[in-house]
Amino acid sequence: MSPASLEVRTYGPDAEPRMGFFTDTSICIGCKACEVACKEWNQIPDRFGSHPPSYTGNSYDNTIDLGADTWRHVAFVEQRAPLGADAAAVSLVEAAARGALAEEAGLQTYQEGDGLRWLMASDVCKHCTHAACLEVCPTGALFRTEFGTVVVQEDVCNGCGYCVPACPFGVLDKRRPDGRVWKCTLCYDRLRDDKEPACAQACPTDSIQFGELDELRSRAHERLGQMRAAGQDEARLYLAGEDDGIGGAGAFFLLLDEPEVYGLPPDPVDTVRDIGGIWAAAGAGALALGGMIAAAVLGGRR
Amino acid sequence: MGSNMAECHPVGFQWVVEAKERGAKVIHVDPRFTRTSAMADLHVPLRAGTDIAFLGGIINHILENGREFREYVRHYTNAPAIIDKGFEDTEDLDGFFSGWDPESGNYDPSSWGYAGAGGEPTAGKSEQTADVSGEQAHGAHGMTLKKGEPPKQDMDLEHERCVFQLLKRHYRRYTPEFVEQVCGVPRELFLEVAETLCENSGRERTGAVCYAVGWTQHTVGVQNIRAAAIVQLLLGNMGRPGGGILALRGHANIQGSTDIPTLYNILPGYIPMPHPQSHPDLSTFISENGPETGAWGDLDAYMTSLLKAWWGDAATKDNDYCFDYLPRIDGDHSHYETMVRMLDGEVKGFFVVGENPAVGSANAKLQRLAMAKLDWLVVRDTNEIESASFWYDSPEIESGELRTEEIQTEVFFLPAAAHTEKEGTFTNTQRLLQWHFKALEPPGDCRSELQWVFDLGNRVRRKLAGSTDPKDRPLLDLTWDYPTQGPHGEPEAEAVLQEIGGRDSEGNFLSEYEQLKEDGSTACGSWIHCGIYADGVNQAARKESRVTQNWVARKWGWAWPKDTRLLYNRASADPEGKPWSERKAYVWWDEEKGEWAGHDHPDFKLDKAPDYTPPRRGAKGMAAIRGTAPFILHPDGLGWIWAPTGLVDGPLPTHYEPHESPFVNPLHAQGTNPTRQTFRRPVNAYNPSGDAPGADVFPFVMTTYRLTEHHTAGGMSRSVGYLAELQPEAFVEVSPALARERGLEHGGYATIVTSRSAIEARVMVTDRMKPLVVHGRQIHQVGIPYHWGNRGIVKGDGANELTSLALDLNVHIAEYKTATCDIQPGRRPRGEALTRYVEEYRRRAGSIT
Repeated sequence: MSPASLEVRTYGPDAEPRMGFFTDTSICIGCKACEVACKEWNQIPDRFGSHPPSYTGNSYDNTIDLGADTWRHVAFVEQRAPLGADAAAVSLVEAAARGALAEEAGLQTYQEGDGLRWLMASDVCKHCTHAACLEVCPTGALFRTEFGTVVVQEDVCNGCGYCVPACPFGVLDKRRPDGRVWKCTLCYDRLRDDKEPACAQACPTDSIQFGELDELRSRAHERLGQMRAAGQDEARLYLAGEDDGIGGAGAFFLLLDEPEVYGLPPDPVDTVRDIGGIWAAAGAGALALGGMIAAAVLGGRR
Repeated sequence: MGSNMAECHPVGFQWVVEAKERGAKVIHVDPRFTRTSAMADLHVPLRAGTDIAFLGGIINHILENGREFREYVRHYTNAPAIIDKGFEDTEDLDGFFSGWDPESGNYDPSSWGYAGAGGEPTAGKSEQTADVSGEQAHGAHGMTLKKGEPPKQDMDLEHERCVFQLLKRHYRRYTPEFVEQVCGVPRELFLEVAETLCENSGRERTGAVCYAVGWTQHTVGVQNIRAAAIVQLLLGNMGRPGGGILALRGHANIQGSTDIPTLYNILPGYIPMPHPQSHPDLSTFISENGPETGAWGDLDAYMTSLLKAWWGDAATKDNDYCFDYLPRIDGDHSHYETMVRMLDGEVKGFFVVGENPAVGSANAKLQRLAMAKLDWLVVRDTNEIESASFWYDSPEIESGELRTEEIQTEVFFLPAAAHTEKEGTFTNTQRLLQWHFKALEPPGDCRSELQWVFDLGNRVRRKLAGSTDPKDRPLLDLTWDYPTQGPHGEPEAEAVLQEIGGRDSEGNFLSEYEQLKEDGSTACGSWIHCGIYADGVNQAARKESRVTQNWVARKWGWAWPKDTRLLYNRASADPEGKPWSERKAYVWWDEEKGEWAGHDHPDFKLDKAPDYTPPRRGAKGMAAIRGTAPFILHPDGLGWIWAPTGLVDGPLPTHYEPHESPFVNPLHAQGTNPTRQTFRRPVNAYNPSGDAPGADVFPFVMTTYRLTEHHTAGGMSRSVGYLAELQPEAFVEVSPALARERGLEHGGYATIVTSRSAIEARVMVTDRMKPLVVHGRQIHQVGIPYHWGNRGIVKGDGANELTSLALDLNVHIAEYKTATCDIQPGRRPRGEALTRYVEEYRRRAGSIT
């Protein structure tokens, strides 16, 4: 039983296995079908009404980030392998300098032997095991479903926005001009009808895989093993375990580089994790202060 | 090569990803580093328009190193065939093949045929008839052979005029160094590609080539694909599992609209259109177009059945099965020729259905100016596209070149149903037809194409009812009685499918094209589709999961011909009928049963033994094809390394520079395809090329293309918020080096100019665009996605303002994929100033009008 299942236990016999996403970015082709399918199914407004999109120049990414109107977001990262970086004796600094020189001379061509990588990755709400958004929500609009996912109830949310800064991934966002918070529900409605989420169904290459979290995790570890065996040393799983700052995620990833490269926090922390300690420390401080004041007052009377 | 499969065919690309996961090597040869390159093992950038140089290099590499699959080549291709002694090569004639007529600007292809074949090739004869030239002979299928094989062959492949030796000579100069010089591909990289292909071919392995419009949209489009065919035949990759050449089509059903054509020059199943003078009757038509040997040997049965399907009881033996009812083709009525005639006021009316020429056709301005000369124009689309609105909001209205009140064209806009709102089939690249069902009724006045054509036919027929004029008979006698259904009286698409699939005189559904008869007792709307409604079942609607059947999955949809999933699959077995290897076993000769067996339907006469040899005299049709000849549509049953007939620009592909190129062809004085079709007039001015004066005014190579996020000319994506927001503005992709050279700022604007026009786009400076070293000098390529127009939720300048009408004469396709251009920082001038800006460029360059 993974930690999140503890909370699902409150559903008693209605509890379902914890469901999630494994997004294998190594086979993402950047088609954005997930973004579109998500919007279609969930009837998310396009951006032309509230904040018309324009050319960002950020590779092929004109969506930029997750938000109230974007529950799936495909990141595009263009990477140039530094010139001569393969050569063992050359430091990265030296390689970068060579690259700059070559470019200065207008020799930046394939003939010079540099490589190019175009990373694509579909991001989504992580459905954290320790979900700060859910914990700070004063109205109970955010709740954990029987599938272990985290969902906002649109008819309960009052738009207070406490959850927005609480999310360590910047997923939660208020919709303009609506005022309420909207985010990925992992297609709660479809799950209840025994259907897979819209994004996973639309993904042509199965980069987005949906299923029982335990099974997805073992599949991901197997996949990582294959990739490592094939010499992809930089391949790594992100949020696939339970020992990170959020106690593991319902949506985790196989990445081909550091999480920062994709705009993901390297070490996300449940923002309310330390709140108990903070209150305890504050309480202890208050007590100590009270004691000192009392001592001073009482002592003064002597 | 010639395809950006991950971006333009993402759903099909899942199988490439799966193949890669299972160990396949994926190589992407493309001017740009795209989402396909990102997924490939190797990306090889080359200069746009130099694919034949690259493929010719591979052919030369195979031949010089003896890497061909010798047994396959000897038995299954026409490599041993000896060619007419009148043939002379481009290597002998400085860029021309024999038969060039400088007067007409056309080839007489009679010297390209097999030695001893006698007479002219069938297709060649049609080409020279009446005022119909070139590709209008398309669909004439091969030459007449006395026996079903080339008359003279050298099975040792050593005769100096055998195809194999001619091939060797033709490509001898296509060395790795040549490839490097011309394509800008370093020789090591080229050799890695060539060797990878060779290593993955042979008995145990096969390789596939995927291409799309990156190959077709050139003045050498057809020859690009021919070059790939030669590579695949030499390596033994045709008719075998995991092999082949896959034409990735531009839309879900482009293949279907070629098989049952929306083209002007062929009838269903690739039967040619009759000519007015040379085809006075059915029997002349058959004898001129159908070779006597091979599957086309039964053209009379296919044609008669087609006529019976269209004119039913009215088609009788006595009236030549209404052969006279067919329209005759009297010249080039392809899109661009028609548009130019329209511009000259010679075309009165025009239907625009499923296209948006004001954005999607080359030289979009010419298209709009032409449509402004029409009397009437009907546009059917899901929304009011630029081709329907040009008369009040086109760039020419802005510039003052057109004035609304002076445009005489009456425009009718008819709203069309979307694909989810109608039923029918989609045919994909492997000829697989898949039925799709209607999900909901079209809204408002939107209707399907089927209903529109049906209604149009009904209305015209009502107007003509009672007419005694013989010219009205073809319309009045048509079988046009489809049952209707639903709230709008929609004709049943299945009824049309039944007509296509064929019936006998009793009304029973046919199951294969061999059942078709020339005596009028069968009716079939498309012989290649015969059997699609076999047993009264819509075979295209079968949807059994691949998990519950064998890996060929024949219970999913239906593929022409005869539900064969892999064409010419006789080649998957060796001449004795045994699989080339266990690993690549597909179909084979079952000695005990005395018939072909396998995972797929054998694309061969089931009981024809591998050792079958035709009788010495008088064998016709399939009986004339020996038991070792897999390519049964050809009159000799062989894979054509050499094309003795059918093409207007040569029997072998030759490297020609694009119509507009910054370089001179190092091979021969005739540097460009001599047969390419051009239109000299100011509105279609060309940039000077090569070392001509003024060529340096347009120093860069431009190429146009699509993005995943939009659909072709944008009618279906710029109007949809969810899609439009993903790529909201027109942009141009350039390398950091070019950006530095021209002062282009990432995210800023750039103006791109050709002799046609200038457009503006946001700048994307990216390492994905690499300068190449060609002929020792650095060359920049400019990449322009072409989806935008002046309407829709997102607007922008269209790339086809820049492209020109320079066409491949075989198929009249424009060279969208490469031209020369200039690029400057900043936005373009507006209105009249734009016209002056472009005129100034033309003056400086001395543009060709």
